Amino acid sequence: MPESAVMTAEPRILRTQAEKDLLDLWRRKPERADSAAIATLRDAAIARFDKAGLPHRRVEEYKYTDLRALLKTVPPLAGRADVEAARAAAGPAAEGEVRLVFVDGHFEPALSGALPKGVTVESLANLLPHGHTLGDRLGLSATAMQDPLVGLNTAFMRDGVVIRVAARTKVAERIAIEHVATGAHAAFLRHAVAVEDLAEVTIVERYRGPADAASHVNEVVELTIGDGATVHWVKLQTEGLAAAHFSTLVVDLSEKAELDHFALGAGAAVARAQVFARFSGEHATLSTRAATLLEGRRHADATLVVDHAVPHGTSRELYRAVIDGEAKSVFQGKIVVRQHAQKTDGKMASNAVLLTDAAEAMNKPELEIFADDVVCGHGATAGELDERLKFYLMSRGIPAAEAETLLIMAFLGEAVDTIADEALRDQVTAEIEAWLERRAAAKAA
Amino acid sequence: MLEVKNLHVKIADEDREILRGLDLVVKPGEVHAIMGPNGSGKSTLSYVLAGKPDYEVTDGEVTLDGADLLAMEADERAARGVFLAFQYPVEIPGVANMTFLKAALNAQRKARGEGEILTPDFMRLVRSEAGKLAINQDMLKRPVNVGFSGGEKKRNEILQMAVLQPKLCILDETDSGLDIDALKIVSEGVNALRSPDRAFVVITHYQRLLDHIRPDFVHVLSKGRIVRSGGPELALELEAKGYADYVGEAA
Repeated sequence: MPESAVMTAEPRILRTQAEKDLLDLWRRKPERADSAAIATLRDAAIARFDKAGLPHRRVEEYKYTDLRALLKTVPPLAGRADVEAARAAAGPAAEGEVRLVFVDGHFEPALSGALPKGVTVESLANLLPHGHTLGDRLGLSATAMQDPLVGLNTAFMRDGVVIRVAARTKVAERIAIEHVATGAHAAFLRHAVAVEDLAEVTIVERYRGPADAASHVNEVVELTIGDGATVHWVKLQTEGLAAAHFSTLVVDLSEKAELDHFALGAGAAVARAQVFARFSGEHATLSTRAATLLEGRRHADATLVVDHAVPHGTSRELYRAVIDGEAKSVFQGKIVVRQHAQKTDGKMASNAVLLTDAAEAMNKPELEIFADDVVCGHGATAGELDERLKFYLMSRGIPAAEAETLLIMAFLGEAVDTIADEALRDQVTAEIEAWLERRAAAKAA
Repeated sequence: MLEVKNLHVKIADEDREILRGLDLVVKPGEVHAIMGPNGSGKSTLSYVLAGKPDYEVTDGEVTLDGADLLAMEADERAARGVFLAFQYPVEIPGVANMTFLKAALNAQRKARGEGEILTPDFMRLVRSEAGKLAINQDMLKRPVNVGFSGGEKKRNEILQMAVLQPKLCILDETDSGLDIDALKIVSEGVNALRSPDRAFVVITHYQRLLDHIRPDFVHVLSKGRIVRSGGPELALELEAKGYADYVGEAA
């Protein structure tokens, strides 16, 4: 019997281990006091998953990141750690930061700092039984709602924070959303952040865990930025090399709103970082940049959809990846300019450096432009480090490994150097340097 | 200091030999000019001495103070005192000139078992040398050679030479793309570095550079071999008569 006939006759009988694990998680989920609205959302989400399974290569958006093949298992949910264990795992807070700490998917208010004036934080776990506060903020865009990873997040979301920055508040301290995995546990986090008109805030997200733990994180952030408000957002993903990390940032920009976003991806066996941005007010600005560092057999996907729904929007996207070993980097970036979104100014660049012959980079930039008076462009490149530059550096006495390190830092610098917060910029740089040192040490060994 | 014996070189992926039995002996304090028509192998010689990986040495030997230069990577050669001033210095976006200079100097010091230079000492050294070459603060802060004019790039090469204090300086067509003022600044920079324990190999197509950097010896390179050697007067003869004799002779 031809293969196609088999597939038609038996569309999806075989479930992967990861799919079984997820359905098992659903069956054994702890009793929840969800509001009726939330329960309905969850049921619909798990029903979609039950039918479609994990997204695979025949799903357009997951063509290069086939989760049926890449995600082997999903670990169980963790119980709440006792406060002392959580405190030990979290470590001390950085200076100038108000920290919101999560350990294995649970919010730990006891480890979190005092909030600055004008900022309120509620725990999602406390809101789920009511649903009315959160209800407003679960109005995800159609793109996000259809996404299978967001669907899983909706089905399983257990905790998170709802942060509100009141109008006109300029928050001096950074707000840090920090997730620490202590072992092989799954965590489904859902955050909602509303930055009201003319407010300004810097938010940093950190995801870390033990070097060898097969932890699993699926997080969704819904960020709404009010008129004239400014948000600086930095994400550092440095989980262990057996981890799975899925993240989705859904952002809505009002008039003259500004989002300055940077993401570092330096951990996890399988990672996908999605950004779905929508311009709903005119004269808004989005800058999103990423630095992805890959080695071994890791797989990292950066997926971006920017929807210019109104005129006079400006977007800048700069994604840089450094790929060593047999690792694979995927970039999918789509800029949509709707018919009446005239005077849109969009520029997207995706550049990858391949450090070995076996390293792989997939670049899929797309422009969908329906307006006729716009400036939009994209550029995608993938190549080796320039041997001429390397020789020039070596001819001045710099050893090969150090020359490569300098060139890689320079390549990533363009994405990193524009992080406005100096301490965060230093921290990202330090993570990149640590990755490069590990690489140099592995090469020397 | 430098001894090149019967050097045969080809481009790694091709069969054609570019250097075909080149001999050269350079002693400390000497300035040797290597002149020759286009395609005679001048730049190849400079790259092979500096350790560019695209070439394959098929025969012969090169030693620096008795050590086998060909067995060393480019960075080891630099640490032992080899410096190539490039004909076309590359631009390195994202690496600040100062960062690069410091990384280079400290890498060489480390390779020689010396400690890292103190930052204030380094700053003083660079400022003083940069001043002599009319290199301003802005050029030091900018990424290496990015947006530099042809003359600025060549001055930057000489700055590196002055900071790194090599033993053997190889200048590859340093005069190309320079106007007369820039040529003067660059030549003065080079002349300031002349010393009894430092040697220069000056590769050039034209005699005019040698008006500024006076050589002790002039060699004519043709078809991968040194076909004639003499004193400074040989450069003048070449300027008057051109390379026609040598192109014809080897063909």
